[in-house]
Amino acid sequence: MDEILRLENITKIYPNGVTANKDANLSVRKGEIHALVGENGAGKSTLMKIIFGMEQPTEGNIIYNGKQTQIKSPLDAIACGIGMVHQHFMLVESMTVAENIVLGAEPGKGPIPNNRAMIEQTKEIIEKYNFVINPKEKISDLPIGTRQKVEILKALYKGAQVLILDEPTAVLTPQETTELFRELRGLRDMGHTIIFISHKLNEIKEICDRITIMRNGTTVGVHDVGSVSQQEISNLMVGKDIDWNIEKNPPKRGEVILDVKNVSVLDEAQRSILKEVSFSLHAGTILGIVGVEGNGQSELVEAITGLHKADAGSIKFHGNDIADSSIKQIREMGLAHIPQDRMLRGAVVNGSIEDNMIATFIDKEEFSSGPVLKTKKIRSWSEKLIKDFMVKTDGPEVPVKMLSGGNIQKVIVAREFSSNADCIIADQPTRGIDVGAAKFIHRKLIEMRDNGVAIMLISADLSEIMDVSDSLLVMYGGRFVAYFPDASKVSEEELGQYMLGVKQQTSEEVKGCIA
Amino acid sequence: MSDLLSYILTAEFGYSMLRVTTPILFAAMGSIVAESSGASNIALEGNMLFAALFGAIGSGLTGSVFWGLIIAIAGGLIISALLIYFGLYLKTDIILSGIALNTLASGGSIFLMYVILHDKGSTSSIKTLVCPNINLPGIENIPVLGDILSGHNILTYFAFLSVIFVWFLLYKTKLGMHIRCVGENAEAAASVGIKIKSVKLVSLLISGVLASLGGAFLSMGYMNGFSRGMVSGRGFIGLAAAAMGQLSPVPTLIASLIFGCADAMSNIMAAMRIPDEFVKLIPYVTTVVGLIVISSWRTWRVKKKRIAALVSAN
Repeated sequence: MDEILRLENITKIYPNGVTANKDANLSVRKGEIHALVGENGAGKSTLMKIIFGMEQPTEGNIIYNGKQTQIKSPLDAIACGIGMVHQHFMLVESMTVAENIVLGAEPGKGPIPNNRAMIEQTKEIIEKYNFVINPKEKISDLPIGTRQKVEILKALYKGAQVLILDEPTAVLTPQETTELFRELRGLRDMGHTIIFISHKLNEIKEICDRITIMRNGTTVGVHDVGSVSQQEISNLMVGKDIDWNIEKNPPKRGEVILDVKNVSVLDEAQRSILKEVSFSLHAGTILGIVGVEGNGQSELVEAITGLHKADAGSIKFHGNDIADSSIKQIREMGLAHIPQDRMLRGAVVNGSIEDNMIATFIDKEEFSSGPVLKTKKIRSWSEKLIKDFMVKTDGPEVPVKMLSGGNIQKVIVAREFSSNADCIIADQPTRGIDVGAAKFIHRKLIEMRDNGVAIMLISADLSEIMDVSDSLLVMYGGRFVAYFPDASKVSEEELGQYMLGVKQQTSEEVKGCIA
Repeated sequence: MSDLLSYILTAEFGYSMLRVTTPILFAAMGSIVAESSGASNIALEGNMLFAALFGAIGSGLTGSVFWGLIIAIAGGLIISALLIYFGLYLKTDIILSGIALNTLASGGSIFLMYVILHDKGSTSSIKTLVCPNINLPGIENIPVLGDILSGHNILTYFAFLSVIFVWFLLYKTKLGMHIRCVGENAEAAASVGIKIKSVKLVSLLISGVLASLGGAFLSMGYMNGFSRGMVSGRGFIGLAAAAMGQLSPVPTLIASLIFGCADAMSNIMAAMRIPDEFVKLIPYVTTVVGLIVISSWRTWRVKKKRIAALVSAN
């Protein structure tokens, strides 16, 4: 097969001196699905930004269709026929599907777009690639899976021959993933080339033809997917053997720590997002809550942690109603929270590691007397946490934004786990971080549970939730639709059906999760 | 009090309300265009002040209303150009730059007036030309309505037409799509090759032109000539109107009319020997009260809907 894209010895050094890529090489053949894997901070994103013209390489060449090419902006990339589907969708929510697809290349002469042509062309491209979307719908009304399709169509509309997909399955259900894979195979058969970035090695095994592995900013090898095992791939990524197995003793179920009864939450548009949800969380157990994003999990977490109060129902923590308690009061009562969005809520990104590590207990006598901080104590405390949680850094004074995603997450986890809480709400604790860091966090979670802490784990990653949880609740449409007292006795396919609302347990079965 | 009421119910009051709404409406439309692209134009006040000064002197020196208007717009755009340079190219905080430019315009307009005319108070030494008034054929003969709507300065009609212009620009043109896209999700715009900086630059320029027309109206219509500080907060009231109208042209028009009405009332009260200090408060008090009313009404509505939605959901 012909080579369509080659990167030669790409080096990227940012103005602040950080080397993101060093002598990275990549060769992609026409009509293949090419996987790109690596830990967080391995330089995948920067490499893709270089291909898409969002960053300029410091050194090295890009050869596209046999010709040396300079890609100075996304516009150049689009003109070459390179399209990108970003992990965070690049859609304008207040506009329609058609408007988003043609944006930047609107049909019609002069300053006024031709609306009819816009709809027609959108319809054409939707039909050509066998997608099912209504071009006149607003993005804000669409589910995540469909939004992703709009992103793909957007690139195809602009004539993309090479499509870069950045962790496309992170937000999808197994069924949506299957559908995406069917569509991707269809695109490949029509001659398109796909670069597929993912952390999920089983998916790569399923859909990709070849795989390029990155480590520490450079590429460490390219293989036919069929000729390497998942174990080999992960060893190449990390540069050492990692232990895949999570050992778990049976849980020692203690008293009820958190008791949630008939909690309802409405969103800004007054739609009911959480509908009279009830469950109990026991000491010494991990309760997994799984569901497609946007089915009420975030709202449940926000209601419990006090970030956004419930509109109805009661939440009792250690037997006390916390409806009117402030976030600080709730934390002081012994609740810890690993937020879903580490950059937004988890960490002060401009602050140092030690600032972040004491952020939630800065008032403790240990760290401050009155308004004055005890800097020495803080320093030794954060140095200890950095060691215990294996944060890769030069020291506690390094700003958090200089760390990779996995290391930022470790800083947050270190803070939350060291707060002496007896209840931890872990919301997507390993999203988008590398396998090594994720396994580390999983082990820590289980360690905490063995010490008698009650843990609520929210995740969209099925293998994570099945490996770590003791019992499982499935959320769909703002309700719990299934309860599994023993998480090890469920299959991924079964969970997927509940997550999509295809199956539903009786309310008696679901009520098993109460007390 | 009854005097006031009887005056408000006259056609003359309606006429005067449209007249004083003109500069507020221009500023509000200017704010919508800039804000929709995500670049706040706080410097509207400065735009208007410079435009008023340049229009007054320009029309006097050239002896032409048309060239006076062009010079007014050019004067207003000096402020916009500085805002663009600071905010978009030097990447300073655009709000702070806007505040600084307003201060600059306030002192700078007096300084320029002194340099050109050796007068620190007004441009009375030069004969400023005023934009013509237009009688609307047909409408002028309708009783009451004709008295309210007809015979306005041509810029007043432009102000009302600018509402249609802004609506058409934002919702019916490619540029408008790009402006809204940049304002709502700049990364998305960049990813399809829309140049964020250019789009913001164009919207700040359009915003500057609209505000300048409002400034020109003040010295070449509302008054004939420039006097120091003559914009007196109308740019900020325009910003408030755009905020109340949530950047939608028609609701913003309504908000502007409410402020215009307050302004017109303060004019009447001034004539009725109500203390000057109190009268001057009215437009600003209206702005504050308007913002409070709108936001508490929104909160109340949301609350009511929440309760209803909860009841129906369960």
